[in-house]
Amino acid sequence: MAKLDSKIPKGSLSEKWTNHKSDINLVSPANKRLIDIIVVGTGLAGASASATLAELGYNVKTFCFQDSPRRAHSIAAQGGINAAKNYQGDGDSTYRLFYDTIKGGDYRSRESNVYRLAEVSTNIIDQCVAQGVPFARDYGGLLDNRSFGGVLVSRTFYAKGQTGQQLLLGAYSAMNRQIGRGKIKMYNRHEMMDLVLVDGKARGIITRNLVNGKIERHGAHAVVIASGGYGNVFFLSTNAMGSNVSASWKIHKRGAYFANPCFTQIHPTCIPVSGEHQSKLTLMSESLRNDGRIWVPKKLEDVEAIRSGKLKATDIEEQDRDYYLERRYPAFGNLVPRDVASRAAKERCDAGYGVNKTGEAVYLDFAAAINRYGKEQAHIKGLDENDAALVKKLGQKVVRAKYGNLFQMYEKIVDQDPYETPMMIYPAVHYTMGGVWVDYNLMTSIPGCYAIGEANFSDHGANRLGASALMQGLADGYFVLPYTIGDYLSDDIRTGPISTDSQEFESAEKEVKDQLKAFIENNGKHSVDYYHKKLGKIMWDKCGMSRNKNGLNEAISEIKALREDFYKNLNVTGGADEFNEQLAKAGRVADFLELGELFAKDALERTESCGGHFREESQTSEGEAMRDDKNFTFVSAWEYRGEPSSAKLHKEILKYEEIEVKTRSYK
Amino acid sequence: MNLKLKIWRQAKAESKGRMVTYSITDVSPDMSFLEMMDMHNEQLIQKGEDPVAFDHDCREGICGMCSMFINGEAHGPDRLVTTCQLHMRKFKDGDTIIIEPFRANAFPIIKDLVVDRSAFDRIQQAGGFVSVNTSGNTQDANSIPIDKHDADKAFDAATCIGCGACVASCKNASAMLFVSAKVSQYSLLPQGKVEATDRVLNMVKQMDEEGFGNCTNTGACEVECPKGISLENVARMNREYMIASLKG
Repeated sequence: MAKLDSKIPKGSLSEKWTNHKSDINLVSPANKRLIDIIVVGTGLAGASASATLAELGYNVKTFCFQDSPRRAHSIAAQGGINAAKNYQGDGDSTYRLFYDTIKGGDYRSRESNVYRLAEVSTNIIDQCVAQGVPFARDYGGLLDNRSFGGVLVSRTFYAKGQTGQQLLLGAYSAMNRQIGRGKIKMYNRHEMMDLVLVDGKARGIITRNLVNGKIERHGAHAVVIASGGYGNVFFLSTNAMGSNVSASWKIHKRGAYFANPCFTQIHPTCIPVSGEHQSKLTLMSESLRNDGRIWVPKKLEDVEAIRSGKLKATDIEEQDRDYYLERRYPAFGNLVPRDVASRAAKERCDAGYGVNKTGEAVYLDFAAAINRYGKEQAHIKGLDENDAALVKKLGQKVVRAKYGNLFQMYEKIVDQDPYETPMMIYPAVHYTMGGVWVDYNLMTSIPGCYAIGEANFSDHGANRLGASALMQGLADGYFVLPYTIGDYLSDDIRTGPISTDSQEFESAEKEVKDQLKAFIENNGKHSVDYYHKKLGKIMWDKCGMSRNKNGLNEAISEIKALREDFYKNLNVTGGADEFNEQLAKAGRVADFLELGELFAKDALERTESCGGHFREESQTSEGEAMRDDKNFTFVSAWEYRGEPSSAKLHKEILKYEEIEVKTRSYK
Repeated sequence: MNLKLKIWRQAKAESKGRMVTYSITDVSPDMSFLEMMDMHNEQLIQKGEDPVAFDHDCREGICGMCSMFINGEAHGPDRLVTTCQLHMRKFKDGDTIIIEPFRANAFPIIKDLVVDRSAFDRIQQAGGFVSVNTSGNTQDANSIPIDKHDADKAFDAATCIGCGACVASCKNASAMLFVSAKVSQYSLLPQGKVEATDRVLNMVKQMDEEGFGNCTNTGACEVECPKGISLENVARMNREYMIASLKG
């Protein structure tokens, strides 16, 4: 079994990446034509990697389960993308972005990877502008920035509340150029079913064509997994309905270590759950915390009056409101990092101050911002700054220009006008920092198998800062993987095409077919969603925003029992040789049922609190997360050994050479 | 709410489809339209029947995957929303809801309400890009200032989600709004102007080859577009096309 070697290059932190690029082996342009690479997933990481690999001259085969690569869930990212451009002249630098990311991740990410990320961040913005991505600009025609949680500078580039869409369409356009040239062969509506290893190396995948059910074999010299995170293990999350862990889980079962599965981001500002029928949750961008103030009433009687409809949010006087983030964290206020903001909302709601019927909602209020912008506009236009109606109208216009699409989304879902009344929000599962373990080259513990973007674990530690997911996806895909992969492939220039007639492909295909057949023939009584919802509830109740030993032990045995029941009593309608969404979902939920248990096991093992992982047993007297650096400054990398309960823990000790490890404080 | 659903059922591309009537009870007005469909499918599964196939993914109106034609309108009766953002509060107790796929020759049906929109991808592959390598060796992002008004208009055009509502709503099944949105985005930006001539010619050629109809300026596409893409883009593309044809 592979040894856990992170392959961090020698030298000082700021020189590692430059030196590494000069030292690694390259594949000549003529030889690149002889090499095939498979990319699974077409979000920011997968699309950018596919495009760049194809430009470099490799033959790329790219797969996505959606009907078009443009649908990947990166499209839904709202607020922005970070880059250390320092266009605002507010003291930003590569080092500061690096420092903020390490601190934001609560000192549980790998220093060298994060520094590289900060280093290439500026290239991303140049690249995207050159591709025609329409970022927001000011009246002088230059790029505009805004601020995100956990930082004290404005380094976030954005395109209204649709930054992910614009960046993904940029990467999609770069892919399209290569598809048109025949350098990328695109497989839409195809799901990866397994990874095939030949002589211990990743040499291809088995796929299922989701239109006709056909099982196909695809050979390649390397396989890149870019299939995103596993937030849907919670059933309710801000992920897309189809987002799944299966590609990552299949490679885990073939030997790739899975790192820090319990590191999950619960995002503070999502639209609260409205009922049992709910199929997914919708995020309201963190960028809203630039202008929105979060509060709950100070008095419990006001809470009661609001819940029973006797009072409205706007009826509560200023002095009766508890702006609890501003109160608890004066330095960062409403822009504390996500894990901190989420826990603070939960604390208030648990104490009985939640403002909707379920008691699980707080206010995000724009009245102050509307007033401030309105006065500013009135002043600029030489109008009466004391005319309240005019100021409100002018202020709303500014807010509409900044966040219009988000306000419209809110209004359509909740049926309330957020320009007039505060939004109601509550935390929801959003992102997973954990993922497939990779070394500095982004290679997993399987030779020739890589993981990029949210699918890997490397850059965000125990908590990701806002607007950094887009940065990491594009950094991995455009600027890191295409170069590091050459080092591995330089040994493969004489290998020739990978045949799919081998015994390894044969048996992998048979396993896939057997599992599909078992699902179809299992005439149980419950649908896939029945199990997925049950799993989600266990995860949310016992592995959610706050975790403890008893709950985690219960989760482990409950998930195991649920998994056994799933294989006994699952009902999948239809056949395997046709368009069958139930069958596709059954495979994904089967993998979630294994991952969920490993998740709980990982959370149980890590008895400290750090970032998004909050163990009730490890907190300060003020209720803040308390790390245990002496015993837990490591990455948990789990090796598959059959059942999740027998997974073996390997530790990658994290060494901080540049940064002094401190208590994370946003006060 | 209790509702009657009339849904297009078609086993696969080659088979003949038909409308099938179902009843559904206890629908909450707070449900999204697709959550109502989930509930309906759960009931079909319990009865051992084949659930209705429909495309969906992000369920927040941005991926462009959902695609139903509801009561004669793409994405249903509400404005500026996709089907996944449509809520049942827009309907009344006792309503009959007619649910069909997006219909166009260029969008063949795969199953039930699922259609094949890969023609859209092929149009983008014909020219919907700026030919710049992703090497990162481009000039600084702020080296070319761009007029804010142009940048904003380019952004508005770029918000197209490629759902195909414009095609489904058009009596000619024209894809002009979709294609013009991409052509406009690039023609408004200095980075896109360099290859504007080839782009518009190639994309329009591919659009025609895919079998989309012509534009007769009825504007139905603009009304039904969930992202409010303006008809102005079609005018801009026509202008670009004319200039390109004269050059070419």
